Amino acid sequence: MINRLTEHRELDSFDIRYVALILAILGIGVLSIYSVTYGQRGVGTPYYLKQLIWIGVGAAAFLIMWASDYHHLARFAYPAYAVILVMLVVVLFEGRTSKGAQRWIALGPLSFQPSEFAKLILVLVLAHYYSKAPRVGWLQRVIVPGLLVLPGLLLILKQPDLGSGLSFVAVYAAMLLMVGVRSQALGVILLFSIMLFPFAWEGVWGSLHDYQRQRIMAFVDQDYDPGGKGYHALQSRIAIGSGELLGKGLYGGTQSQLKFLPEGHTDFVFAVFAEEWGFMGVLVLLALFVGLIWLSLEIASKAKDQLGALLAAGIVAMLCFCVVVNIGMTAGMFPIVGIPLPLVSYGGSATIMTMAALGLLLNVKRKRLSLFY
Amino acid sequence: MATAHYPETEVGDLHRRLVILRVGLLLVVALLGLRLWHLQIREGPYYRDLSENNRTRQVLLEPARGLIYDRHGVLLANNVPSFSLYVTLEDVKDRELLVKQLTDLLGLDAALVRKKLTAKGSKLLPRKIKDRMTLRDATLVESHRLDLPGVMIQVESQRNYPGGMTAAHILGYVGEISGEQLEKPEFLDLHQGSVVGQYGVEKSYDRHMRGVAGQKNVEVDALGHEKRATVVDRPQAGNDLYLTIDARLQKVAEDLLGEEHGAIVALDPTSGDILAMASRPGFDPNVLSRELTAKQWVEIVQDEGRPLNNRASQGQYPPGSTFKIPMAIAALETKTMTPSSTVFCNGGYQFGKRLYHDWKAGGHGYVDLHNALVHSCDVYFYTVGQRMGIDVMAEFGKDFGLGKATGVELPSERSGIMPSTAWKQKAKNEQWLPGETISAAIGQGYVTVTPLQMASLVGTVANNGVSYRPRLVQAVMDRTTGNLMEIPAVPRGKLSVKPETFRLIKDALADVVTKGTATRAKSSVVTIGGKTGTAQVAALRTGPEESIPKKFRDHAWFVAFAPVESPKIAVAVIGEHMGHGGAAAAPLAKEVIETYMKLAPQVPTVTSDRPSMEGPGRFSNDS
Repeated sequence: MINRLTEHRELDSFDIRYVALILAILGIGVLSIYSVTYGQRGVGTPYYLKQLIWIGVGAAAFLIMWASDYHHLARFAYPAYAVILVMLVVVLFEGRTSKGAQRWIALGPLSFQPSEFAKLILVLVLAHYYSKAPRVGWLQRVIVPGLLVLPGLLLILKQPDLGSGLSFVAVYAAMLLMVGVRSQALGVILLFSIMLFPFAWEGVWGSLHDYQRQRIMAFVDQDYDPGGKGYHALQSRIAIGSGELLGKGLYGGTQSQLKFLPEGHTDFVFAVFAEEWGFMGVLVLLALFVGLIWLSLEIASKAKDQLGALLAAGIVAMLCFCVVVNIGMTAGMFPIVGIPLPLVSYGGSATIMTMAALGLLLNVKRKRLSLFY
Repeated sequence: MATAHYPETEVGDLHRRLVILRVGLLLVVALLGLRLWHLQIREGPYYRDLSENNRTRQVLLEPARGLIYDRHGVLLANNVPSFSLYVTLEDVKDRELLVKQLTDLLGLDAALVRKKLTAKGSKLLPRKIKDRMTLRDATLVESHRLDLPGVMIQVESQRNYPGGMTAAHILGYVGEISGEQLEKPEFLDLHQGSVVGQYGVEKSYDRHMRGVAGQKNVEVDALGHEKRATVVDRPQAGNDLYLTIDARLQKVAEDLLGEEHGAIVALDPTSGDILAMASRPGFDPNVLSRELTAKQWVEIVQDEGRPLNNRASQGQYPPGSTFKIPMAIAALETKTMTPSSTVFCNGGYQFGKRLYHDWKAGGHGYVDLHNALVHSCDVYFYTVGQRMGIDVMAEFGKDFGLGKATGVELPSERSGIMPSTAWKQKAKNEQWLPGETISAAIGQGYVTVTPLQMASLVGTVANNGVSYRPRLVQAVMDRTTGNLMEIPAVPRGKLSVKPETFRLIKDALADVVTKGTATRAKSSVVTIGGKTGTAQVAALRTGPEESIPKKFRDHAWFVAFAPVESPKIAVAVIGEHMGHGGAAAAPLAKEVIETYMKLAPQVPTVTSDRPSMEGPGRFSNDS
């Protein structure tokens, strides 16, 4: 009786609204990738088909995560982080280079981007760290987790992958915010940041690749040299803006169809979507994301324990950060950093990781319903 | 199992913070939405324009230039397909790299390519870099198109002159419009790279023949490669020209001159139609219509024979004894002489301190007007000139069209000089000297004429004073409507000279050929009337003709008309440094006339019943 009730409640956790939202966003992604690569004489499997395969793998990851127990997973947080750090080191020496950055590890015909998975593992590590013992004092609350974040962050920045690096910092900041940092600690962070700023600026600016600096400079002066540095940003704004209210229709996006907008299927997929579906389409997509995040926050706030709550909050923070920064950069609000739009941009590692993370979120809900005290 | 290490209040704190996160999320999403609303709704139309500009290129479709035919429909100029290389600067990322690629690939002149790339003009409009490419070069570029963003090969028409050098000076040639021309109002609707007539009727009838360019809006990708044409505005072909010349006669006239420098003009005195107009040395308009290198240009321009010069309409020569025709008419009309009054010629004419020689050392004895023309007695005309005075001579000369351009449809026609006291005062600010009248009386001194003027003059005499403006174009075929618009002959009126005078003069000119100075023009086919002339080049001539260096030898003139009874053709021949007119020029005129008569032309003469009068003078309105 009790078992059956539990089973029933666990199945309830498989929230149909949640899954529908994810599928809708994934659908928009596949459609946009299909449209932008339509008519391109590609070599091998077309991108949209490959993305469907990634989604299949992602769905498996989602179900596994949903069926597992996050408490068990949390126990493997540190070893998993160690493994991913090793992979990040390997990537620096053995990685496949694309567009000046070394981000991928080749696995036969496929390649795999450890930095994507590192984000999810970082969430797990920090949630595990804070929930294991009451962390009091700014040293335990701020500095020690900061030291945990640092090696991963440095390795990712070395690739260089500014986008993933920023996501790392965002996850850390979100976690700090969730566990609460006393104003004293905040003051110390602020003071240190200001003191370290000149060094950090030198260190960060100096370590950036030329193309990154140019992208940031292009952001500062948006209309400067549109044929050169600002090209990407301008073409993206033109794509979005020219969509107007109702868009140009499927395959109608001249910016992306005629290749004025590079990376149309990956980081700039939002611009493609906005061009073809207009402001109305954009509102729908934003609403889907808000709905998904809203439900996720709901799960976070109803989590029965600290670990679950932090885990859920960390995943939501990561998702939010990627969505906001990606749309913001394609719309010309932020400098261009390579962050894909979760569930929409083409990319195996990112899609699988995001779906696994969402599965983990649902697992937090499932465990809430199955836990009896 | 995993119970919280934190008291419940801590989780409660977390809940409160999650509320903050929700509010923050909504704020950020609202901000994103606002930004997108700004981009897509407020500035949407602006970005829509930008995206349109991004993808569309206007490609001008050059119109087919009108064709040129001779009076019998023989093709003289047409268009053949050729490959041209265009570059759209908008799509070129690295200009210097492109220059290097094009020079390496096609062996083009780097400086020339660079100059064309930096010339003024829209970045969005393709500019022509090279025309008349070989099929091999065009294929080479096409196969490298992925490495050559912004480069495209267009098939377009290239001007072609099937006759080669034949009628080159009449037809002229075409060329890319110059920067200077582009500034002019008549070329307002043209653009850099447009081909316009640069010489000959190609130039003077350019507006008729060039047509109207069309436009193709082409959608291009980021590399500037054509994806599809969206709007096509068809080009309008230019109109065809039907010339008055007879290509066969033209060829004969040119071959007659051969390697000699000179000109032959043949026209129909009853309409002004120019039947042939040869000028030598010549040029190949096919070569000049191509892109010439600076070196080739210098070679042509600095050629001492000045092949680009149309000697028929631009060459100015002293008329020599051919000038005696208007002089004789003036003498009779002004009653300076009667047909029977005679002058004694002893081989020289003393005026002041100077002795003016007759060409015949011993003199001609007593000569009347008839014999003075037949034997070309200089002393007789010295006397006429001295009695008449330069201003009366000038008046008659002008009535016959001397000293002013004929108005033929060719660019840069020269007018020659018909001197008078007023002319000298104006041109040289000097007084007319009486001795200069004596020289002018036999067509020397300041008097200069063009061969075209002389052909027109002798034609007017042959036609009993009724004259027409010489013309080259008799009809224009409108390619859009298919209508043939005939251009009426332009009458210049009738000289008020007594018919008797013309009869006397023409008798004398006929005898010039039968028993005078031009017996070598005597034909068994047709009766010919004519007058020889020898234009002095160097003042002093001693010894036999052959001992004088060619460039100091005299120019040989012969003007003629035939048949004497009802003239159908008037001819003027000038052979530079060919010596005596009777020996050198007369046989050429005879050949031209005989050829024309043998061709038995069923001339579709276009005449008008509405003569337009030009100036008063001795013209009378006779319609």
